[in-house]
Amino acid sequence: MKKIIVFAITLALAFSLVPNAALAAEKSVTVYNWGQYISDGSEGYIDVNKAFTEATGIKVNYVTFDSNETLYSKLKAGGESIDVIIPSDYMIARMISEDMLLPLDFSNIPNYDTIDDAYRNTTFDPENLYSVPYTWGTVGIIYNSKYVDEEDVGSWDLLWNAKYADKILMFDNPRDAFAVTENLLGYSLNTEVEDELRACTYKLVEQKPLVQNYVMDQIYDKMIREEAWIAPYYAGDYLMMVEDNEDLEFCFPEEGFNLFIDAMCIPDCCTNKENAEAYINFLCSPEISGQNLEYLGYSVPSEAAKEFMDPEVTESDIAYPDEETLSRGEAFINLSTEANQLMDSLWLEVKTEGGIELTPIIGISVCVLAAIVLLARRSIVTKRRKANRCKKWRTN
Amino acid sequence: MKTRKLLAAPYIVWMCIFTVIPLGIVVYYAFTDSITGALTLSNITGIASYTGIFLKSIWLALISCAICLIIGFPTAHFIATRPKESTQKLLYMLIMLPMCISFLLRTLAWVALLDDTGIINNAIRLLGMKPLPLVRNNGAVVLGMVYNYLPYMILPLYSVIVKIDHRLVEAAEDLGANHGQVFRHVILPLSVPGIISGFTMVFVPAVSTFYISQKLGSSGTTLIGDVIESQFKTAYNPNLGAAMSLVLMIMVFACVAIMNRFSDGEAEVIM
Repeated sequence: MKKIIVFAITLALAFSLVPNAALAAEKSVTVYNWGQYISDGSEGYIDVNKAFTEATGIKVNYVTFDSNETLYSKLKAGGESIDVIIPSDYMIARMISEDMLLPLDFSNIPNYDTIDDAYRNTTFDPENLYSVPYTWGTVGIIYNSKYVDEEDVGSWDLLWNAKYADKILMFDNPRDAFAVTENLLGYSLNTEVEDELRACTYKLVEQKPLVQNYVMDQIYDKMIREEAWIAPYYAGDYLMMVEDNEDLEFCFPEEGFNLFIDAMCIPDCCTNKENAEAYINFLCSPEISGQNLEYLGYSVPSEAAKEFMDPEVTESDIAYPDEETLSRGEAFINLSTEANQLMDSLWLEVKTEGGIELTPIIGISVCVLAAIVLLARRSIVTKRRKANRCKKWRTN
Repeated sequence: MKTRKLLAAPYIVWMCIFTVIPLGIVVYYAFTDSITGALTLSNITGIASYTGIFLKSIWLALISCAICLIIGFPTAHFIATRPKESTQKLLYMLIMLPMCISFLLRTLAWVALLDDTGIINNAIRLLGMKPLPLVRNNGAVVLGMVYNYLPYMILPLYSVIVKIDHRLVEAAEDLGANHGQVFRHVILPLSVPGIISGFTMVFVPAVSTFYISQKLGSSGTTLIGDVIESQFKTAYNPNLGAAMSLVLMIMVFACVAIMNRFSDGEAEVIM
């Protein structure tokens, strides 16, 4: 009987730690988005999540991730209820193919009508069932004009320039990192040819001694403080960084670059689908979208929203490059499972490359030897003392 | 006897739910394929290619342990031999104090200090000298580990040293032992249990650390903890990650077992 009571108390204690189910039923929506990817009320811009709660009474739980792969792993690991996610194109395609997304009810998202035709029926969601575009943008090289010679700029090979060793940052996710080398070596960004992917791996390994670190969101801090001088990153983030450090410049590399669309989707672990759709609808209303993206610097997928933006922002040729520049861009599509796995394992090879160093081997062997010698010596000493003691007893 | 057993029940339940079952899951994942779910040994055999990283992680952890011991032992001895108990308590608290701040924050603070554009190098530059390469090398990673795990070395050492009967020291001195001999034949053998538990408590988190090596290290200082983290966080290959964790765990157990041999029958040697 007592055992049962103790067990019951333990269980009760354990469950009191779990958020109350009744509380969760209170109107709320859990949003999982990239870091630094929404206007949060700083510098006098709109606080989008607060505005949403004020307009609808729905509370927003806001969580961030730093790469599409992190998002994917988190959803795959399961056990969480997330209502809205904002992945990039290729990841949306992968999630659709793995049945991880719920089809949207567009009658709850009337603001979808304001999205430009160019961002509908995209390659990643050809039937427009699962996603609503949030932003689009490009990947290029951010560099600090104070330290980097203008004549070195123009190509992706800037990231392989030994002159700037230890001042170069690199993407910390396989797809973006491989895309840089694929551009440099003249391959398609969606190649699945093993030899080409291996050639990219060699190129990345060759770059590794020059790389300060593999980073994602930390890039902000490092570039603004001039800890690093060169980094490949998203154009929208450059526009945000340049406000804190005017020496930063952006370049569309001549070999080409990745052109992406990030879109809002509802994952299958969603528990508040209506709230999620209300949130998506709110974010793509021209007024909110305009104010939000004016702060973000990313490009807006709707002409209507531009009316709510500072004309200086909409005329920026970095956020809205001309046709000629855009023609060099290439979008990601989803790779086959095998290609994804190959890329993941090659990426791990890049990150763990370095061979076996001699010092640890010698050091560890010395430690192990020392331990053995000490133990052996001690057991001999102990035995001898015991023997001596016995001798004393015997003589007594 | 029966009530005593009952009192242990909550902990046993806790252990089962949060230690035994997760361990079982780790073992299961380590021996299954990531796609088909069939039993396989490929995860374990695949680890061979990370030997270099395993060795490096163990080596850096050992260095950190040694440095922690060198710094920690005199500190613990100093605190334990203060005559006033209030001074001891104050010093003890000062050791504990940094642990009240999240270790992520403390590591980031080191980054702000050591970076090329950090506080120290900016000061050096102001003095007109060349900045020093303080960060992004093995030394910086070891520094981060020593700084973060030093209290785990000092606290067990302190609690052992403070219990050493001072009369033993006096007796040794009466018999003509100098300071060095007192330390070598009395204090050191009696503090072995503290050294061992301190060593274990520093070694175990240090060998599996990942955050410190990412922040204070560079692209070349990837440790096994980083690789395991990436398998769960980005690559989504929990099977390889689980296999690595399992191998790491076995290695840690082996190290701890060797360490524990030192404390076996310790009293025998001293008497």
